[in-house]
Amino acid sequence: MRHLLTTKGLDRDTAIGILDVAEEMAEASARTVKKLPTLRGKTVVNLFFEDSTRTRISFEAAAKRLSADVINFAAKGSSVSKGESLKDTAQTLAAIGADAVVIRHPASGAPTVLARSGWIDAGIINAGDGTHEHPTQALLDAFTIRRRLHGDASRGKGLDGVTVTIVGDIVHSRVARSNVWLLTALGAVITLIAPATLLPIGVGHWPVAVGHSLDRALETNPDVVMMLRIQSERMQASFFPNAREYSRQWGLDDERMARLYPTTIVMHPGPINRGLEISSAAADSAQSTVLEQVTNGVSVRMAVLYLLLSGEREGLA
Amino acid sequence: MSATILVKAAILVDGTRADILVSEGVIVKIGSGLSMPAGTSGAVTVIDGNGLTALPGLVDLHTHLREPGSEQSETILSGSRAAAIGGFTAVHAMANTSPVADTAGVVEQVMSLGDAAGYTTVRPVGAVTAGLAGLRLAEIGAMANSRARVRVFSDDGKCVSDALLMRRALEYVKTFDGVIAQHAQEPRLTEGAQMNEGTLSGQLGLAGWPAVAEESIIARDVLLAQHVGARLHVCHVSTAGSVDVIRWAKARGIRVTAEVTPHHLLLTEDLALNYDARFKVNPPLRRSEDVRALRNGLADGTIDIIATDHAPHPSEDKDCEWGAAAFGMVGLETALSVVHAAVVHTGHLSWTDVARVMSRVPAEIGRVPGYEFGIEIGAPANFTLYDSSVSRVFDTTMLHGKGQNSPYLASALPGQIIATIHRGYPTVLDGKLLSPEELAPYAGVNRG
Ligand SMILES: [Zn+2]
Repeated sequence: MRHLLTTKGLDRDTAIGILDVAEEMAEASARTVKKLPTLRGKTVVNLFFEDSTRTRISFEAAAKRLSADVINFAAKGSSVSKGESLKDTAQTLAAIGADAVVIRHPASGAPTVLARSGWIDAGIINAGDGTHEHPTQALLDAFTIRRRLHGDASRGKGLDGVTVTIVGDIVHSRVARSNVWLLTALGAVITLIAPATLLPIGVGHWPVAVGHSLDRALETNPDVVMMLRIQSERMQASFFPNAREYSRQWGLDDERMARLYPTTIVMHPGPINRGLEISSAAADSAQSTVLEQVTNGVSVRMAVLYLLLSGEREGLA
Repeated sequence: MSATILVKAAILVDGTRADILVSEGVIVKIGSGLSMPAGTSGAVTVIDGNGLTALPGLVDLHTHLREPGSEQSETILSGSRAAAIGGFTAVHAMANTSPVADTAGVVEQVMSLGDAAGYTTVRPVGAVTAGLAGLRLAEIGAMANSRARVRVFSDDGKCVSDALLMRRALEYVKTFDGVIAQHAQEPRLTEGAQMNEGTLSGQLGLAGWPAVAEESIIARDVLLAQHVGARLHVCHVSTAGSVDVIRWAKARGIRVTAEVTPHHLLLTEDLALNYDARFKVNPPLRRSEDVRALRNGLADGTIDIIATDHAPHPSEDKDCEWGAAAFGMVGLETALSVVHAAVVHTGHLSWTDVARVMSRVPAEIGRVPGYEFGIEIGAPANFTLYDSSVSRVFDTTMLHGKGQNSPYLASALPGQIIATIHRGYPTVLDGKLLSPEELAPYAGVNRG
């Protein structure tokens, strides 16, 4: 694998391959000596143009467990404030000798631009770009679902026929996009639930079912309910009237939680707005995978770094 | 110095072959077997027109020359050179400079710099509102009555979105036989907009620029123009719905004209797929359905003219992530080739039509004299000779302005401008621009 920029276009076998390597990594991490020598001498740069401590420390832990050297580079500058340009930063990192660059950027497509630019030769991992994609989040979500369903027998398996309902701010969510492409490639059946304002124009062309009623969606007893984070600025911009109306219509509150099948998995990419899109009881229940997602995130990111940097850089994606 | 030019055996737009003799800035003879008059003095140029199509000098109603204020992007001289190599003998310089072209002083300066450069006639466009701020009218009368005799007023880059201000502007310019050229973009519907709103923008996670933001402004403006009996020009129409609205308005007798850019006639939104900012432009590239509707609208006369919206930017403004990149593409050098590929090859327009939509009618809208009859005896000698038989892979050596932000680099395009004659003297010969030094003696005589 040369880069990981999107899950769109990732085929089933490649995706299962990544998840299987992540299983190996999870197994290794469970041992008392967590560190593997695999990426000794490699330099991984966490290039964050947008604050995200959670994602950064997950990548950092992953790289360090593989014995890579890690440089954290918090770059300022975005599409609004003219800071250091992406080009200048990339050329600096190339000069430092980065082997992989994990990039988080507020502009959709910034990792793609970096990968195609010729400014830097390193493998590029998209750690979230604008409202476009967040591929490692989708991979860790798929990994988490597969483990819940198949446990130790997960290796080699897809998510065929697994029903997944994704709820909330689809239009602004890179997590939703990456999950739609990846989970579909793995055979899952996806339903998106949101008010019409929070669904992208053209969603009718996506390989998903679309609805507006969370209650009706829950009546179908989906295997997975994935709640997305709601940002307060959406209220200001009239995507919906206020938090109370939102959580009444689209929040996973205690009453809805009580109606779920006991086997339904409740997911959230974090950070959580407790009481808005999900109640505390729902987030902390045994059906919730919120903390497993964090743990699995490290294994999945180890797998991605390994596949990018361990020599087999030709061929895939 | 006066120039005498004899073009031998060029193909006129009606398909006939003729020699063209130019003297003292005027086309003096058209016919076969012409020769240089005896006793010709001054500079004498004979051009072999064999196989070349003679088109009247192209007139661009929508050009960004960036001077004053952004000379790192383009100057009036560099943009004029790009115009000449593209076959243009007149361009309208948009008002969004710094300072804004909203006073007689600025528009006169722009015109003078154009005359001094000598490659093309530079007609300044005046701002509609002071500082393009959209709050109160600019000094439209002063600009209209200045030496630059401004007739086209536009806040291009920004929409005159306030309905009352737009009404007043349409009414006021009637006084001076002017026209408002509207950049139709409802600002609230396009906050943060990055590309055409549709399935692709949803997948790419780029904020959408919906067609309705253009169409709703055009609909409002044609009704305002009807109400006050004024002339309206719509810049860079980009959607099928806009074509429908304009067709409806024309059927009702509303005095509206419309332009389309070469790039909106050829390119589609899917070029945004790799976030290559060379394809970021405002209005954005649209769907193939829109491209089809624009071509048909041009062919049936709903859209009156082609204008380039030539928008040069320095490389750092394109060599970056899509969201941070500037909107716009250069277009003067490639305009005729793109039109050739997009609407002549496809049978939508003949060369006679091209002469109409790229020369006569834009001149008429801009009130530029001398383009009424095309290549005719007695007409000012503004024309260009185009070799339609060649095909070239376009590269940066073929760009002559300062901007390299062309969407056509590494693409094959048909045709090449071989010669351009401006005010009776050559600005391009053998496919090459004349140097400023070579031009100086001619430009001087025509100045002021
Ligand atoms: Zn414009």
